[in-house]
This record gives sequence, structure tokens and C-alpha cells, in this order.
Amino acid sequence: MLKLLCPYCGVEADETELVSGGEAHLKREGPESSDEEFEEYLFLRDNPKGIIFERWRHAMGCGKWFHVARCTETMEVFGTYPAQTYKPPTKVLQEIKARRH
Amino acid sequence: MTVRLPTGGTVIDRSKPITFSFNGKKLRGYKGDTVASALLANNQQLVGRSFKYHRPRGIFASGPEEPNGLFTLGKGGKLEPNQVGSTTELTDGLEIQSQNHWPSLETDFGSVANVASRLLPAGFYYKTFMAPKQAWKHLFEPAIRQSAGLGKPPMDNDSDHYEHFYTHVDLLVVGGGIAGLLAARMLAPTGLKILLLEQTPYFGGRLIQDHDEFGGSSSGEWLTTTLEELSTHKNVTLRNRTSVAGVYDHGFVIADEKLPDPSDNSGYLKRRLWKIRTKRIVLATGAIERPLCFVGNDIPGVRLASGIRDFLQNYGVSPGDRTAVLTNNDDAYKTAIALTEIGLSVPLIMDTRMEIRGTLPTKARKMGIRVEPARGIGEVLGKKTVTGLEMCSQVGEGTSLEIIGCEAIAVSGGWSPTVHLWSHCNGKLKWDDSRTMFVPDWQKPPVDSQGKQNIFPIGSADGYLQLHDIPVQVETTVKFLAQEFEKPLTNLELPEAERITEEKCHGTWLVPFGMKPANRAKTWVDFQNDVKVSDIDLALLEGFESIEHSKRYTTLGMATDQGKTSNVNGIALVSHNLGVPMNKVGTTTFRPPYSPIPLGTIAGTAKQELFKPTRKTPIDAWHEANNAHWEPVSDWRRPYCYLLEGETVENAVNREALRVRTTVGMLDATTLGKILVKGRDAAKFLDMMYTNNMGTLKPGRCRYGLMCDENGFLMDDGVVARLDETTFLCHTTTGGADHIHGWMEDWLQCEWWDWRVFTANITDQYVQIGIAGPQAREVLEKLGEMGLSEEELPFMSWKKGRLAGFEVQVYRISFSGELSYEISIKASEGLELWKRIYEAGKEFSIEPYGTEALHVLRAEKGFIMIGDETDGTVIPQDLGLDWAISKKKDDFLGKRGQYRSFLTDPDRWRLVGLDVLDREEPLPHGVYAQSEDQCDFGHPRMEGRVTSTYYSPMLKRPIAMGLVERGPERMGEVLKFNSGGKMIKAKIVNHMFYDPDKEVQ
Amino acid sequence: MKKYSLLSLVRQSLNYHTGWERAWKSPEPKENYDVVIVGAGGHGLATAYYLGKNHGIKNVAILEKGWLGGGNTGRNTTIIRSNYLQDASAAIYEKSRSLYEILSQDLNYNIMFSPRGVMMLAQTHHEARGYQRINSANIIQGIKTEYITPERVKELCKIINIDCPRYPILGALWQPRGGTARHDAVAWGYARACSEMGMHIIQKCEVTGISQQNNGSLDIQTSRGSIRCNKLGMVVAGHSGVLAAQAGFRLPIESVALQALVSEPVKPCLDVVVMANTVHGYISQSDKGEMVIGGGADQYNNYSQRGSFIHIENTVRALVEMFPIISRLKMLRQWGGIVDMTGDRSPIISKTPVQNIFINCGWGTGGFKSIPGSGWAMAELMAKGEPGVLAEPFSLERFKEGRFIDESVAAGVAH
Repeated sequence: MLKLLCPYCGVEADETELVSGGEAHLKREGPESSDEEFEEYLFLRDNPKGIIFERWRHAMGCGKWFHVARCTETMEVFGTYPAQTYKPPTKVLQEIKARRH
Repeated sequence: MTVRLPTGGTVIDRSKPITFSFNGKKLRGYKGDTVASALLANNQQLVGRSFKYHRPRGIFASGPEEPNGLFTLGKGGKLEPNQVGSTTELTDGLEIQSQNHWPSLETDFGSVANVASRLLPAGFYYKTFMAPKQAWKHLFEPAIRQSAGLGKPPMDNDSDHYEHFYTHVDLLVVGGGIAGLLAARMLAPTGLKILLLEQTPYFGGRLIQDHDEFGGSSSGEWLTTTLEELSTHKNVTLRNRTSVAGVYDHGFVIADEKLPDPSDNSGYLKRRLWKIRTKRIVLATGAIERPLCFVGNDIPGVRLASGIRDFLQNYGVSPGDRTAVLTNNDDAYKTAIALTEIGLSVPLIMDTRMEIRGTLPTKARKMGIRVEPARGIGEVLGKKTVTGLEMCSQVGEGTSLEIIGCEAIAVSGGWSPTVHLWSHCNGKLKWDDSRTMFVPDWQKPPVDSQGKQNIFPIGSADGYLQLHDIPVQVETTVKFLAQEFEKPLTNLELPEAERITEEKCHGTWLVPFGMKPANRAKTWVDFQNDVKVSDIDLALLEGFESIEHSKRYTTLGMATDQGKTSNVNGIALVSHNLGVPMNKVGTTTFRPPYSPIPLGTIAGTAKQELFKPTRKTPIDAWHEANNAHWEPVSDWRRPYCYLLEGETVENAVNREALRVRTTVGMLDATTLGKILVKGRDAAKFLDMMYTNNMGTLKPGRCRYGLMCDENGFLMDDGVVARLDETTFLCHTTTGGADHIHGWMEDWLQCEWWDWRVFTANITDQYVQIGIAGPQAREVLEKLGEMGLSEEELPFMSWKKGRLAGFEVQVYRISFSGELSYEISIKASEGLELWKRIYEAGKEFSIEPYGTEALHVLRAEKGFIMIGDETDGTVIPQDLGLDWAISKKKDDFLGKRGQYRSFLTDPDRWRLVGLDVLDREEPLPHGVYAQSEDQCDFGHPRMEGRVTSTYYSPMLKRPIAMGLVERGPERMGEVLKFNSGGKMIKAKIVNHMFYDPDKEVQ
Repeated sequence: MKKYSLLSLVRQSLNYHTGWERAWKSPEPKENYDVVIVGAGGHGLATAYYLGKNHGIKNVAILEKGWLGGGNTGRNTTIIRSNYLQDASAAIYEKSRSLYEILSQDLNYNIMFSPRGVMMLAQTHHEARGYQRINSANIIQGIKTEYITPERVKELCKIINIDCPRYPILGALWQPRGGTARHDAVAWGYARACSEMGMHIIQKCEVTGISQQNNGSLDIQTSRGSIRCNKLGMVVAGHSGVLAAQAGFRLPIESVALQALVSEPVKPCLDVVVMANTVHGYISQSDKGEMVIGGGADQYNNYSQRGSFIHIENTVRALVEMFPIISRLKMLRQWGGIVDMTGDRSPIISKTPVQNIFINCGWGTGGFKSIPGSGWAMAELMAKGEPGVLAEPFSLERFKEGRFIDESVAAGVAH
């Protein structure tokens, strides 16, 4: 039963308030993309056994989407951050490094 | 005989006798008794039959580890099978029944399995019952099913109630024994929010029973003082009768609270499920004693040494006049000493160890108890109860050295820390040879969301069995936790305890060491599931060497006690047999719950009406009063139709549809999703969301739009109204409202976050009423105050105004093909307006219509319905909706997906109308058309299917729509639909059956 | 290897069962095999078995990181059915079901296939139409199913409450020849038969790297040394993504936890398998008497074999509502498995971007029921290098083409 800190409203939200949205930082491919690029965008996933950057929505709360860095084996959370970014913030990367040297 | 002693029993109240019955026989106990203690007090030693061989079984233990004493309690709506006797409090008038026997407990026909047990070793069923093929299903399996199972299931609905309780704490202390109380007492002054849960009705564990003094006073005094002190701290909560069942990720814990018997209490709740979020868990769960493996160790009268002591001291129940003791450690001597002190006889202590020098053995010897080192039990004598035993050499093969008469045997194979909760979230265990037990491996602990250890075992749960070790060990943990929480600790006083020297527990598992094969088949490891030493031998012989394999092959540890007394012995037997160290054998994984919890407790209050609360529109009560026949639609309920007296559902639907076509009908359309989209970039945004062009829509106008997912599949449709330059109202399907709102937000927040657009799901804020039919305008004009003529409000436009004094927005849109208005009004005023319209419409014979008439009407018009014509694999092009897909826009969601080869395949199934030939009734739902040729899989190829099929009361004939391979190119062709093997012919026609030229809307 | 029978059981009982042979051997790995299968779960073992039985390829090793049958094969709710909608799914699941019917005799190992019947309840009009649609497709596909009335539901399943106030039961899709089997026995039976053919089952052997030689053969680095093979089959369910990454390609897969639970055993009261998709719960009673209960999958990526309590709670409340008498039964044990979910929730049996590497994964929640059929199709693919009719629709290419095999359609969107 995960508990994640919503970076918008500051609530430590119980999993029952949240909706998961799969891997984060995917690049949308539009009408100009090749079949391969489009397949990559819609379907191919790293699905890591370890640290994942993923999307969650505080659906039963403030309604905001946010990102989480989490370990899929231990459920450790390395940080949550707003969704308006193309890559994980330095602080989160540093936290991962500190704990997984 | 097991009997109640004239005095003693720390937890029973001899002034409060209770009567109860066992298998119909009236018996007496006391308040404070458990079912197990009360039965023993009445000399009921045989209490049930084992799972596989139906062997006689007696009470074996005094706690949740009990493998044998399971009962069916109560009757009717209160009947509970498989209740553990040793953890169930006795209540007045309780009806107890033993389980798993026929015709009676004493004479059980099922025990023929015992006679044939040699033929039925572990896994025998994998090797036989294979021929003839049908016999398994019809002969062998039914026989096995009948003999398996324990209690009979209840036949009546549960008449009790359950609830859930949520709490957040800093610290959860699991276990109210010495270590748990001490930790709570030390941490209480820090102000941390502490919850301490104890599974039994009492606090203190075995403190008073096993120790005279603690903390410089009598142990009883220490306990009283501690509980008093804790009660003064508002930040500390103690709860008894509450068993922690499972630990989940991020400090989520569930616990099962048994509420006291309602006869003592006005409450009607049976049980309460606690849902706890805690930052840290202190695990003070104690330890569970292990049995030893010897011939006849399952005969009633053989019990754990700790169990005998508990029954004696807590409940004043004698195990019998003579109790022999078999042990490999010093702890069991406490039982011998306690029995002797009370005046009962202990003829002999057989200790499997060579040298015995500890404090307790020395005391026992001084009391004159005979202690025999290096001895074991060759065989227990007796059938349904113990009558004696044959003593043997532990290192030998079991030759009888002496026969000892006794009524009970107290056995102790050492102790196993109760580490289940440590393991639920992946805490690892390690074998500690010096203490002969699996202990928590502090190097591999369970962790919280920050990767830090969040469970801290203390006391015997961490393998510290000696009282004098506990204070120091608790102090270390307490200091660590206080530091973590950054709370200062006031000077900690460590309670003093007598230091006793104890000899190491010996790793004895099999008694005697050189047990012969024939005897290994009479020596039990798992009492409930009838797993013998020979079964483990067999599993290993056949290559089931992983502990998970041998567990599954033999069913060891898979009974209702989940191996609390059998797992470690099983692992040890595997270790010995294979010559592999214990650590290498490893353990199986502990899973929640620690003790079984009723499914009713998990369900809580969520049953019947509260199972899944129904969403109701403000007009719901009116529908109900007007005899609505309901249909669940996503979380809502909607009228399917309204039944007049004596009317069939079918007739009602036809009547309602005809009413709309001939005069006027009204529909509660409130459940349709309504999403407000507003902002500088709202038009640009909707151009991405919808396949068609929304940017060109003029304020005051409406447009039907389609939404696709990125695969290109149609996922929702609805009318979009432009309210002003920067504001749109998007209507969605009933089921789609929340999803579409989330979908919009996803794109706005995660992809186009620099666009200025805001959305709000206002579905609940407005009631929407549809008025449809040739006389719709006349009805509304009677309510006055706004112009609704063709000129003032043309088709696909909307305007604000007043009707019957209410502010409304009126949309001139139609899903029936008739002249139609949809009126949107504040939710609080919706019912009143509905009634006023109904009143005004009476002179036009207005009638409400339900969802099914709505479907008939739209199908007559050839309009698609999301979920009928679409199923997540259909693109708008399949439905002839190409007109709603913009060719001008560079991009919209789903555009790229629709380019892919399978979606541009000219052979795709496309929407057509279907005219059924040669019959009056409509085509059945969901039937497929089959072609003459075969598909790759060797059956007739399917070339189409029915998506909507109705009887049209207007056209007085069946109508249908369907998706057909290259359908629109095959107009006039006749398809064969396979309906349960019968072929129904239907001709491909245009799917707009009624008013194809759109003259009436 | 000695045949199992009642006679052999009687004979062995005379010497206290000390004369049985090992069910499978535990050989040291060789340097070279024709085929290496990674993953000794049901699917991997079945693939090996049919490679030997149908295609005569017996120089085969099956590598297993832990213990055989220890993944989802040993932690599912053992339901077997083939009442699928799409032709491709119906074909492979029905192949599987029909192989299950004869598997005990085929393997000489009683896997206890019990065709007790599977019913899928319709609790909304929409769901009812969906099941009528599947039933119609099944009739053409040659799969025996029927759409039954609530009264018949009650007749087949006495303890069900057909008048639940929230979602009354409107009917059900009934497959009388669906049922259950003993999950461990399926893995053990295949393992014993593979070992009998001379194949090597190598447990506690973790693959740590895969590289390809110029001649197309593959080097597999394992915790027990390097092993070479001509063809490699990846059959590791939830860990497919991890293994594919070692071989240098990605998959359209996300791994999530699927949880299940059992109650304490009670005397028989539920003879059929019941699935209720509207409320997300399914239930059957095992031969031991336990209620075996499953529900929906957790939504987030997870490799921990444990899930969130909320899913257990939701499933239990749904089933208590529909089967009120189980309120008094107790949850004995709950657990999770890692299931691999593809983009269209249908499996993959396919060639991969790497020559001579084949993959079988993505069975999601349908893995146990498909074991024999999946092994059959995968063996054919590996033996011939090209998919047969069963495997062909399940290629990796379909995601690029948009050619999905979507089984959720019949229970799609509510109107």
C-alpha cells in the first residue's frame, strides 16, 4: 500500500487516492513519426526491475499528475516531482545515487 | 483425566460460571476460559479429526499456533467453522461442535484412511487415479472432496456486523508482553503517538506465570504499575484482543480486533479491521514453542510444555495426574516445576541432551523430579488418549528401555521467534545455531519508503528468551528509535531481573535420532495436515529438494495454522536428510495474515446497499415513485423504462419510444458527462482532443464530436457547445465522464502544460432534461419566458433563458432524430423543473422514457452508441463517421494511430444496417455472420456481427446494425448469422432506418 | 522411468515408499545444447516437452533461476477455460484446454484436471450482451459454451445470491468443460516427462548475460557457467523485460502484481468456478476445501510478489456480497505473482529482433490455463523457426501494425 507525497498539494496520499499512469518521460510521437517510433512511444517499455520513473495522478485529491522515482523491488521512493519536466530533477537523481551508490 | 483444579487460574473468574455445550453435551466453564481450556477442564481430550487420515486429535497448544483444536461454533446466522479453541473466549450458552468426522467424533468412518495410510503417502494422488480418464472427475475427485475440508460451511447469511477503523501513528508496538510493554513504557514520555496491540485479552505475556519478580518488585506489581503508567499518557493507546495480521509496504498494517461478547456489552459489532499507517513497528510478538518428532506424538494428551503450563496457571486445568516431559532445552523444566509445585506428579523428564546443568534443571532435581539425560520417547502408548510411553536412548533406534505410565506428555523442542510480520515485506531470516532458531536478519530488514529499516524486533521475537536479557535489548532499540524521531529520552530505568543460567537448546528434531523407516511413518510433523517424517523423506527421495517443493508436495505447513509449530521442524528434517545446513535450506515465505481473519471482517460495512454506493440523480425519487425499472449504468442507476400497471418491460419500451415519435417524451439525461473547458487555448486544445474541428465552432453553436485514443480507436462521443470565445462545454457519455476529464487533464498537465486551459467536471452540478418529440416545443413554450422557435433556436445551437421561472440553458440537439431540446439547470432546481415540464406536458400526453427507448430511438436513426457499435477496437472510419474526422488538422489524438496498416486495411468491418429476413423477431444480440469458407483455425470464417438489434415500434419491424467486412460495399447481400447453430438470414441495408433525410429533427 | 499407477503405489507401500525414483534428475549443465529454454515454469517446461514429443528435439536444457514451477505456475488460481472472443485467443486456449483433458494420461502424472465448469456472470445489460457475443463466436469456433439464465446459475451454484441489490445476476456465460487443475502438478508432471526424455532441468541457475556468435549460436552466461545453444527460448513471464534487456531489445510489457488468496478449508459447497468481472472477483473451491479467490491486478509496476491490501479488500467484499455465506470463512493466506501485461493484454509467442532467440510471454492473468497450448505453439515456432497457425497472430510485429488481439472488448465501455 504505497503512500506518495503529492508535490502539488503536499498531501502524503494513500494509494487509494491515486491512479497510476505507467512510465514517465515518454516522448509523444505524432503524425510525422515512423511505425517504429510510434510503436516505441505507445508500447515499448523499460519495465525495470529496480528504479522506475513513473506517472501518478492524485485523482481523489487535488487532481494533479506528478512523477515518482520508485524502486519496483523494494517500493522505496526517491522523490516525487511535478509532471511539467522532460527529465527527473537533479535532487531526485542525487537521492538515488546516495542510496544506490 | 484433564480436570479443573480446586484452586488457581489467573485469568478465570470462578465466581462467574458459564454453561456451554460440546456436541450437544452440556458442560460448565468459567468466565475467562477459552474454548480449549473449558473443554480440557471437562476432560474432553478428543476434540477433532485430522485432515487426511482422520486421526484422533486433542488440544495441543494454548495460542494461535494450535493445529488441532478447531471447532464449529454457534448456529444459523452465527455459525462459524474452523474456530481456534485456544484463542476463542468461552461465552455463555456457546454451542461447540467438533469437525471432520462421520458419523461421530468417537466413531469416524473416515478413519479407514488411517488404516490405509501406508497406501496414501504424500502426493499419492499424483501417481494414481489416472485411469480411466473420466474416473477422476466422476469418482475419485468427489470422494477426495468429501473427505477433505474441515468444518461445514455456514448455510445462513452472516448475522453479525463488522467495521473498519483507520489510524495513523508514529509507532506500532505489536505484542503486549514484557518486551512490548517495556518499550512502550520507555518511549511514552517522548510524546510519540504509540499504539500497542495485544492479541489476547490480557497484557503481560508469561511474565506473572514464569517469573516471581521483575523490576525490584513482584512481577504482578510491575505489570500493574506499568499499565497504570501507560494509561496516564494520552499519546499511548493499548488495545487487547487485537491480532496484527499483515504488514504491507510503506508502513501499512492491518489488525483484526475481536470485540468482547455482545452479552457483556451493548455493542453489536463482531470484529473490527484496523488499518494502520505507522512510521515504525516494534515487533514484540514473542516466540512459539516447537514440538519434537517421535512415534505417536499426535495422540491426544501430548501437548506443548508451554501449553500445559498455560492451562495449569492461567485456567487452573490439570493435564492429568502424571505428566512426563520430553525436552531438548531448559524452558520445559518450568512446566515440570509448576506441575510439581501444585502437587501433581511428574514421573520423569527425558532430556535429549547429554549434560544438563542449568538453573532450572538443578531446581527440578532438587525438587526430586527424576531427570534422565540423553533419553527420548520410543513410542507413546494409547490410542485416543495417552496412557504411557516407552523411554529410549536418544542416540539409538528406539528400543524400549522402560515403560512409564502417564496421562500427559509435555514436549518442548525449543522456541521459534514469531517473525511472520518481519517477513511480510521481505525481511530476511537467518539460522542461529547457538540459539537453535531462525532469527530476524538485521542486515536484511524490511524497509520503509525511504529505504530505512521500519520493523524492530525485540525480546523473544528477536531470539532473546531470557528475562534478564530483555531490558538491555529493549533499551538499545528504544534509544535508536528516539534518536530517529529526534526525541530526547528521560533517564531510563532498566528493570532488574533474576539472572538464571540456561544450557543451550540442542538441535534435536527426531526422537530417537536413528528412527527406523516403519516408525518414521508414525511420527508427525504437521498435525493438522497429517504430514509424517516419512512424507518428507519421500519428497526428498523423489527430488523435491527445494523447501518450497517439499512443502507443496507434502502440504507441510499449509494447514490453518500455516505451520506455526511444524515449519522449522520440517526445515530441519530436510536439512538433516540432505546434509545441507539450515541456512541453505532456507524458509518458505510468510504471507499475511498471521492468524486467519474472517472475510466478513475484510468486507466490513461494504455490503448490500453499501456494497458500492449508487449514484443517483436529483430526479431519482420521482423515477422511483413512477415505477422505474432500473438499470445500473457505470456507477449510476437509470430508469430502463417506466412500468405501467400490468405492463411488460418490452411493452413499456415500445410505448415510450412511440410516445416520443408521435407526441412528446422526457428523459433524465443528467448522467451524461459535462466538462467545462475554458482558457485562451481552449479551442486549440479541443482540436487535439476531438477528431473534428472545434476551433471553427461559433459561440452559441453545438457540434457533435468524436474522441479517439492514441491508437486511433473511438473512445467517446458527445455534443460540444461553445459558450463563448474561450469557453466550451463538452458532453461525454455517462460512463466516460470521469475518464475523459482525467484524460484531458493528463494531456494538459503532462504534454501541453504551457497551454492556458482549465477544465472542470461539472456533471453533478447540473440536471439535464431531454424533451423530444413533435410537440416538444409546444410543451416548453407553455413554460414561457424564452423563444424556442426554429429561427430563435435553430438545430445545433443553444441559448440561455428562463423556463417556468428557472434560469436554464437550452440545447437544441437530438439523439432521437425528433425535434428535441436538452435543458440544463442547477442540480438543486432540476427536480422541480422536471415536475413542471411533466405537468405542462400532460395535455400532450407527455411520458418519461428510459434508456432502452433511448436506444431504440437512436438505433432507428442509425446513430451509434459508444459501447455497442464501439468496443475499443473500432475507428470512426469503420462507422462511416469520416465526416467527423478533420482532414485539415495537422494532428489530433489518434491521428497517427489510424495510419497503421491494420487500421487502413480495406477489408475492415464497417457499419451497415441489417434487415432480418424470414422472421418477426429481431436478430439476437451479438450474433456473428459466418461465411462459406474456413479461417486459418479450421472453422467457418466470421465476416460480421450484430452490434445493436431492436424491435422498432415505429417501423413495426426488427432493425439491426452491425459491423460487416467491407459492409458498405456489399449493400443488398444476404448474410447468414449463426444463432446457437441456427442460421438467420439478414440483408445488408443502409443503417439509417427512420427519417434518413433528417426532416423532423 | 517406472510408470506411476495404483499397482506401483501398492508395491512401494510394502517397503515404506523407500524405492521411488526421483521425479526429475538434477544434472550438471553441459557446454552445449540444441535448445536452451530459460524459465522452468509451466510454459517453459511445456515448450521443452512438446519440442521433444512433437519435434524430436531432445538435446534441451531448461534453466531456472529458482526452483521449477516457482513463479506464476505455483501461485495462480488454477482456472482453465477457453471461452475467448477473438479467433486467435479462442484457438490457443481451446488447444490448451483440450490438451489439459488428456494431460494426466499423456504425462503419466495426475494433474487433477477437473472440468467442473466455469461461469462468467453478467451483471449489467452491457456485460450480458458481451457474453452473448462471446457465446456466438464460440459456437462458430467450435467451443462449447452457452449463455444461461439466472435460475440456471443458481441451480449450478447453490450458494450464490442472484438478487444482489447493486448488481443482480442477469445471466452467465457457461463453459461446462472449463475447470481447474492442480497447478504444481502441471509443472512437476512436465518436468518429470522432460527429464525422462533426457532433457536437463537445471535449477538455481540464473542467466546473467546473453551474447550471439557470428554463426548465430548463442552464449548464455549463467550463475553456473557459460552455456552455448543454437536456439534460445525466453519463457520467464514477469521477468521477460529483464531478460530481453540482456539480449538487447525491449518489449511492449509492464510487470504488475496480481494477488490471490485462499480461505481455510471447509466441506464442499461450491462445485463450479465463478467469475464476476463487473465486481472483479473470481472464486472456486479446491479439492482440499479452500476457497481460492482472485481479483484485479495492482496498477503499478511491481517485481515484489506482494501487492496492496486494497485489492484484496475489493475482491473479498465483492465475493462476500455475491456469496454471503463466505463471510464467516477466514482468509488463510494471500500472495502475489508478477504478471506481464502487454499493450493489448494478449500474449506474445514470437521471433525477436535477435536471430535464434524466441520469446513466449505476456500471458498476463491468463497464464496457467494456456500452459499446454502455449508450449505446443512455442515448440512449433522454435523447431521450425517460423510460427505455426496458433502462434502466428501473437507476434511482436502486431503492435507496429495495430493488429491487436483485444479480449477486453466484450466488457468494454459502459454507455
